[in-house]
Amino acid sequence: MSGHISRDDVLHVARLARLPLTDDEADLFTGQLEAVLEHVAGVAALDTAGVEPTAHPLPLENVLRADEVVAGVDRDEVLAQAPSAESGRFRVPPVLGVEP
Amino acid sequence: MVEEHLAAVEAREGDVHAFNLVLAERARAEADTLDGRVAAGEDVGPLAGVPVAVKDNICTRGVATTCSSHVLAGWEPPYDATVVARLRRAGAVVVGKTNLDEFAMGSSTENSAFGPTRNPHDLARVPGGSSGGSAAAVAAGFASVALGSDTGGSIRQPASLCGVVGVKPTYGLVSRYGLVAYASSLDQIGPMAATVADAALVLDVIAGHDPADSTSVARPFAGVGHAARSDGAAVEGLRVGIVDELTAEANPDVVARVEAAARALEAAGASVGRASVPAVAYSLPAYYLIAPAEASSNLARYDGVRYGLRAGGPDVDEMFCATRAAGFGPEVKRRIMLGTYVLSAGYYDAYYAQAQRVRTLVLRAFEAAYEDFDVLLSPTSPTTAFPLGAKVSDPLAMYMMDVATIASNLAGHPAMSVPYGTGDDGLPVGVQVLAPALGETVMFRVAAALEASLA
Repeated sequence: MSGHISRDDVLHVARLARLPLTDDEADLFTGQLEAVLEHVAGVAALDTAGVEPTAHPLPLENVLRADEVVAGVDRDEVLAQAPSAESGRFRVPPVLGVEP
Repeated sequence: MVEEHLAAVEAREGDVHAFNLVLAERARAEADTLDGRVAAGEDVGPLAGVPVAVKDNICTRGVATTCSSHVLAGWEPPYDATVVARLRRAGAVVVGKTNLDEFAMGSSTENSAFGPTRNPHDLARVPGGSSGGSAAAVAAGFASVALGSDTGGSIRQPASLCGVVGVKPTYGLVSRYGLVAYASSLDQIGPMAATVADAALVLDVIAGHDPADSTSVARPFAGVGHAARSDGAAVEGLRVGIVDELTAEANPDVVARVEAAARALEAAGASVGRASVPAVAYSLPAYYLIAPAEASSNLARYDGVRYGLRAGGPDVDEMFCATRAAGFGPEVKRRIMLGTYVLSAGYYDAYYAQAQRVRTLVLRAFEAAYEDFDVLLSPTSPTTAFPLGAKVSDPLAMYMMDVATIASNLAGHPAMSVPYGTGDDGLPVGVQVLAPALGETVMFRVAAALEASLA
């Protein structure tokens, strides 16, 4: 696995992560991510044929509880922490953008 | 007890900066209430009046929880984390929220949006990270005990650098409900304290099944209080292995302290040998694929909609982007980028899935070692506390500070750091005791014996 990562890759990943970067950040991360990926290249090259992945240190089981109504966190308290709320809901800018 | 610690805060917090928030008035009021209940003959719990510092990524109802990030500055959770609720029920008094590397990402507490914490033993040096504020709070006498969180060593490494006890319990032994998630399959809350017995007392209060965390271990926990009170004789006949691969990267003066700890256990009747756990050599790189991947997913929720910071934008997508660009610091951005990259199409199998297979190899290597040994020993950190600023511009050098601690996070096994003297520079050195899953009892017996051997 090649560890090479270009500045365009970094900008593409930043777009996927909704994390716009300044020019300086893009340059810095291009170098640093490349260095980190070089460091992990040994892992990428290991022969793990036939090894099952471990996603979680505990064997996970589905957890069910009785279907009973229990008190949750208070809605007004939650909404009071939001940057903007209205009529019992979170308020956000237009999802489809503004008309030009 | 609360007054005494608040006086210490008054005297030195300005230099150390262990806290993001000190709750002096609230703590005094709670202590007064407890005094009244004690006077009335009530049993107020095993931690009655004990001042506890809580890492600022653990939710406290109505008290700001910031994760040392601008993105959450001023956010007041509408609920208490299970560990906080249990501490309060046991009579503990929360004296403040401690500083950390932003979202627990770092090994020096220099990545805090609110400025670094300094090591109480030498103010020019780091306290370690990411629970550096909690470690410093205990080391400076600001609190009797503290809670930290450990994803790759974030309790044990600062405990080592500050000369306190730090415990990462078995994954699932302590509820993560109310811990702000960094890498969910690795994160674990644990106690930090001046002594092994104090750490055991706190662990016994916070451990145990919690229906609110579906990854919490659903079996009774017998407690480690007794193990922590036992003397050196309790290690008689135990087989102790020094892990070659975890010792190889450490400075000679640090290794010398591990050897001294092994000799002390031998003198108390344990047998000591060399353990080889070859796959742990891959732990650090596997961690830096898995943890950022999980972090990039967990941190997607900071988008300016429900809590914390919102930066402006004409539509919702622009608002997400502006909020995240303004809210996160460099290390968090670096890990989100790394995580998003390794999860992206074309790289997922080569990096992320491969790291999860390596995790299986690490687990198997530990299981093989635990056929020959009851506990394993290693340095906690390869060096003593380093100067502020020494590694901030070199992420790889910083990542190396967790080289000995990360493997037990991948395996989900318990591990703790016990102070064991000082290095050539006179700064604290921690010895790491590792045990198999749910092996807390034997781990605390060894830790207590090590502590007793220094007395």
